[in-house]
Amino acid sequence: MGDDITTVSVHVNLTVPAEVTDAINNPDHKWIAVCMGTGCTSSASTELHKALREQLDSHNLNGQVEVRRTGCFGFCEQGPIVVVYPGETFYTRVKPQDAKAIVEQHILGGQRLDRLLFHDPATNAVAESWHKMSFYGKQKRVVLQNCGIIDPENIDHYLAKEGYLGLHKAVTEMTPQQVIEVVSKSGLRGRGGAGFPTGSKWATARQAPGTSKYVICNADEGDPGAFMNRSLLEGDPHCMLEGLAIAGYAVGAKQGFVYVRAEYPLAVERIQKAIQASRERGLLGPSIFGSDFDFNIEIRLGAGAFVCGEETALMQSIEGRRGMPKPRPPYPAQKGLWGQPTTINNVETLAWVPLIIRQGSEWYANIGTNTSKGNKTFALTGKVNNTGLVEVPMGTTLRELVFDIGGGIRDNRKFKAVQVGGPSGGCLPAEYLDTPIDYESLQAAGSMMGSGGMVVMDERNCAVDIAHYFLSFTQAESCGKCPPCRAGTKRMLEILERIKLGQGEPDDVDRLEKLANTVKIGSLCGLGQTAPNPVLTTIRYFRDEYMAHITEHRCPAAACQALITYEIIDACNGCTLCARLCPSNAISGERKQKHVIDTKACIRCGVCYDSCNYNAIIVH
Amino acid sequence: MISTEILAKYPRGDRGFLIPILQEVQELHGYVSPDAVDEISAFIGVSPGEIFGVASFYAAFRFTKPGKHIVKVCRGTACHVRGSSRILEMVERELKVKAGETTSDGLFSLERIACFGCCALAPVVLVDKEVHGRMSSTRARRLLTQYGGTHGPEEG
Repeated sequence: MGDDITTVSVHVNLTVPAEVTDAINNPDHKWIAVCMGTGCTSSASTELHKALREQLDSHNLNGQVEVRRTGCFGFCEQGPIVVVYPGETFYTRVKPQDAKAIVEQHILGGQRLDRLLFHDPATNAVAESWHKMSFYGKQKRVVLQNCGIIDPENIDHYLAKEGYLGLHKAVTEMTPQQVIEVVSKSGLRGRGGAGFPTGSKWATARQAPGTSKYVICNADEGDPGAFMNRSLLEGDPHCMLEGLAIAGYAVGAKQGFVYVRAEYPLAVERIQKAIQASRERGLLGPSIFGSDFDFNIEIRLGAGAFVCGEETALMQSIEGRRGMPKPRPPYPAQKGLWGQPTTINNVETLAWVPLIIRQGSEWYANIGTNTSKGNKTFALTGKVNNTGLVEVPMGTTLRELVFDIGGGIRDNRKFKAVQVGGPSGGCLPAEYLDTPIDYESLQAAGSMMGSGGMVVMDERNCAVDIAHYFLSFTQAESCGKCPPCRAGTKRMLEILERIKLGQGEPDDVDRLEKLANTVKIGSLCGLGQTAPNPVLTTIRYFRDEYMAHITEHRCPAAACQALITYEIIDACNGCTLCARLCPSNAISGERKQKHVIDTKACIRCGVCYDSCNYNAIIVH
Repeated sequence: MISTEILAKYPRGDRGFLIPILQEVQELHGYVSPDAVDEISAFIGVSPGEIFGVASFYAAFRFTKPGKHIVKVCRGTACHVRGSSRILEMVERELKVKAGETTSDGLFSLERIACFGCCALAPVVLVDKEVHGRMSSTRARRLLTQYGGTHGPEEG
């Protein structure tokens, strides 16, 4: 593959050493993948990688078995993940001290280590290989295809996976108009939230007059509960860079920016290394592939302002200003960064672009539903058994996501709702589990696609508390420019606060709805326009729960601190741990005797509940 | 000069680099001091007031010297539904500070972050750059003890 490219372009060094091509593409290659995503490195996968290297060394197997640091497999919950090839044996929660057994028993002895295999709680079965697990069963990894396979810090690995062939094709065989046409025809829509057609965005920026144009990758994944972009950037940074370069070629930009959150240090480091490697190979810089297309990419780090995910605010931030949104029109595609036509696309949108250019618009248009094409990645978290990063075709139902891939609800509790689309989205109850995931269906249900955060809640999560949680987030992140958002979210939050305290007034729910609609209509940017969604959907689907707080001063889910009581039940064996930890000395009892909580002195901090080893404390 | 070496890397008078400069200054010194703001002001040609206006807009910038260890409690959605509010409350109580403050002995600064993106390991607490997943109020308390914090009764 590498050799073909070198013959067509003398200006770029795309040669991939034969041993790398073999390591990546030969199914018989012997190697061990160790996940080096943020999730797994937080669970000591760096030490594990080192231990595996040492074990192989001590058995003189270096050179025969490769240990590769890869990106995220998505099953972060079960990390650190190790996969042994050939055979795709998928080991979970692997510790550095397991390295010896992996090398001696599996590699040398040919014996699988059953204790490290994943025991599926839903089916009670043991999954011996990657693709036989229910978590992966309904997933289709396309945009994530390289994550977990290639070493993200080795550009040769990406090249061996046909990387930069999309850029090559675009620059050497297509006009910018043809690139835009292919992207338009594919039906690709923005993956950052609103789902605007990517091709139209590019066409507007291409036609807009300007002395210089810019393209920006929006990697300011600020939605709490979302980490799709982080995983993609950590696992396969080049695919985003290639997509951004193609966008630059299509709209006529020479300069690209990646605006990424500073909270993602590992992603930042990998993008930096990827940019450097691409420059060294001539894939970024002047006269790419010998053409007259010059293109460079710079990184800008976000500084902890959620509103900077909004495109006009993001551009203000790059210009060195307070990240406050501007009215649209003019749209960034007409007048953006420094007043010049600017295209802003989400990481995942850009990651699809090289694939679409390489494989054609029809290939892409065949995945998904009529109006929502392709696959979408989601961060599936909360109260499901299998949490992690997943990729499914558009049109997959919420039920398939939560119960088949997610393996159902933890601790055999009951499903209550799923929050789709982060603070801008909505809480959908069980009746909506059969909703297909596409832009229109989610919007009709009062939610939105958003960037892909999907937080599952069980009966122990309170609808009022969740609405309060999201609104306190958006209220704090409101930039303060327009009054409906600045004052409206504040007033809404005050009402929610008193409902949570059991001090709500009978008209409060109506008042909230009225205010919410005003904030939605009157706000300048997406933050304010969507901030009321979690409140409106929880009222729509869980009005009874609001009323229980207001009229009965009761939190049915036993989650609102002011309205709950902790109680010690007969399972207590008098270990005294809770009594010693209680910050308000509200727990008393003799050693080896059942303890009692003085509800008047109790501050309901939950320390006893968290610390009890005998499940002897209940909350109601 | 506080930020000479940092400023030398950037073009003079280009406001577009204001935020990267502020980030580097904070990375080096732990916070953005009034003196640093004055130096940056002279370098890029924007008033100190406006630089402070920009910096204070972004949650990431600190204007006072942080403690020896920075404890960050993640308040993302996944962490919230798994009880992170109880963890934050416990840390506030143990350290006797609110989020955004530093303990009087200068050992800890406590911060809340919107989301660290480690949602599968929720709830998450960071101490300096170390990520600690699957926390509970009890585990977080033990974690503080490892860094020399908390004085309350021992477990066991």
